[in-house]
Amino acid sequence: MEILLAIVTGLLYGAGLFMMLRRSMVKLIIGLILIGNGANILIFLLGRIAKGKPPIIPADAKVLTELYADPVPQALILTAIVISFGLQAFAIVLFKKVYQALHSDDLDTVNTIDDDL
Amino acid sequence: MTSNLVIVPVLWQFLIAVAQMFSWFNPRLQRKLSVSGNVIQVLIASWLLTEVYRQGILTMNAGKWPAPFGIVFVSDTFSAVLVLITSISGLAVSLFSLANIVEARMRFGYFPIMHLLFAGLNGAFLTGDIFNLYVWFEIIIISSFVLLTIGGEKPQLEGAVKYFTLNILASTIFLTAIGVLYGLAGTLNMADLALKVAAIPNKGLVEVTAILFLVGFGIKSAIFPLYFWLPASYHTPPAAIAAIFGGLLTKLGVYAMLRVFTLVFFEDPIIDTLMIILAGLTIITGSLGAMVQTNVRKIFSYLIISHIGYMVIALGIHTELAVTGAVFYMIHDIVVKTNLFMVSGLLYRVQGTHHIDRLGGFYQYYPRLSLLLAIPLFSLVGVPPLSGFWPKIDLFKAAYLEGGSFITICLAFGTVITLLVIARVWAEVFWRPAENLPERPNFRFWHLFTLAEKIQYITPIALLSAVSLIIAFRAADVHRISQKIASELMNPKNYIQTVLPDKSAEQQ
Repeated sequence: MEILLAIVTGLLYGAGLFMMLRRSMVKLIIGLILIGNGANILIFLLGRIAKGKPPIIPADAKVLTELYADPVPQALILTAIVISFGLQAFAIVLFKKVYQALHSDDLDTVNTIDDDL
Repeated sequence: MTSNLVIVPVLWQFLIAVAQMFSWFNPRLQRKLSVSGNVIQVLIASWLLTEVYRQGILTMNAGKWPAPFGIVFVSDTFSAVLVLITSISGLAVSLFSLANIVEARMRFGYFPIMHLLFAGLNGAFLTGDIFNLYVWFEIIIISSFVLLTIGGEKPQLEGAVKYFTLNILASTIFLTAIGVLYGLAGTLNMADLALKVAAIPNKGLVEVTAILFLVGFGIKSAIFPLYFWLPASYHTPPAAIAAIFGGLLTKLGVYAMLRVFTLVFFEDPIIDTLMIILAGLTIITGSLGAMVQTNVRKIFSYLIISHIGYMVIALGIHTELAVTGAVFYMIHDIVVKTNLFMVSGLLYRVQGTHHIDRLGGFYQYYPRLSLLLAIPLFSLVGVPPLSGFWPKIDLFKAAYLEGGSFITICLAFGTVITLLVIARVWAEVFWRPAENLPERPNFRFWHLFTLAEKIQYITPIALLSAVSLIIAFRAADVHRISQKIASELMNPKNYIQTVLPDKSAEQQ
């Protein structure tokens, strides 16, 4: 499971970066989404994966001694998902506005401002 | 000491934003709320600083969950001073917005978003939890995206594309770094991390994590090779918004670096060398960039980059003297850079252009105003006895005694070029004879302004100039505070003990 997730994380980061380096704005958004998901899976993976081990301390013990499913990374991922959801929504609206202003999906055309006042 | 005062600066800004959202269709009320709210914010921040000065580091455990299990807010002298400086700059920007931001922008929620940005800044300065720092960073960048695009003019949208993409990338890298650090240490509390990271046997992994943090914060604070978003976007929004960005947002990245690389990570020669090289190149490329630009705001944008290098290079030297210089420089730089962008807004109002070849005659027509504008411009260069001079003493001393010739040369190069650039701005904008005003039908020039609007433009510039004069003439006091901050940063034992009273007792 760890190996699989590690490969998935690497693929998501790689694909995301590749998409961000393309010239199309839509691909840029897709790249951002992929990298964000890669980061989430990375956090999940680094929190150690334990199946069917809830973090509940037995009545006769004071601390957990065995490996347990750490709830902190899950809380982190939830927060990160919510944040990236908001940012992606903003990104889509922003790029739509840019497209309306420039009539072009090409990022290389987004530099008409250098000769302004 | 536990005290709920720590969270008050964040909550207060948040409350102002909420109150303004309830008066969404009433910009007049929003303006009053913003200015009066920021005056009270300055008082709260001063109160926090005096309490921290008297009682030492203050902490607040959210929900009374003891650290490291809950989120903890910590205010040491560094945080408290930055909250105060942010509040003062915030007050100035708030005043400047009254006349600089047109009512149409205010109707789209300019003021509430601005206060959310300040809430985020205060939160980032005060938090003691690294994931919480990430969340505050996100609040700040979301607010800054809205501020940058509000109004939706074409140049703003174009600048926003670059700003948005690179800042999101920086956040993702920061998040990745947090994930890796959590995997290594199993905690998010910065004081707890300081103890646990030092005990990790695999130093290579720690180094990689540190570099991830350096890249994440490096994009935010615009260090060499990661700064290209800054000059592409900072000259597009109205001057008041550019003032918040130029003064505060890049310095937040530097704050995060100073905090993380002194508290969480132990001193590492590789990271320090990397930082010195990158910061040195930041100074050189930033100041060379400023020399070739002709747009006043782009010149100031490149000067921001150049001066970020001063602080990062001092962190790379990693001694108490150097950090004193960095902290002192940061206090001076926030005030002066905020002021500079407001000055650019004023110049634009007078001549209807940002282009240095078409500006001119300022001294001829407005001699008294020119004297006022001389204060921020020459403070930036560090002409004695103005405020830029004093932190540079520490920086040069540290570079000469503890750094090496490369650092000294970079600092000297940056200073000389800054002097050249400001001299050029002064000669072109103030001394050169004026040209005819351009024909702009829908543009209200300075001489058509009412007295009230002129006062709204000049008061914030005068306020921040006065603050930088206070920094200059009370340099001994500011230096003493910076020294205290540096010694707290370089010896984090006290910080750790205050945040984690039980753990430190266990270790002894």
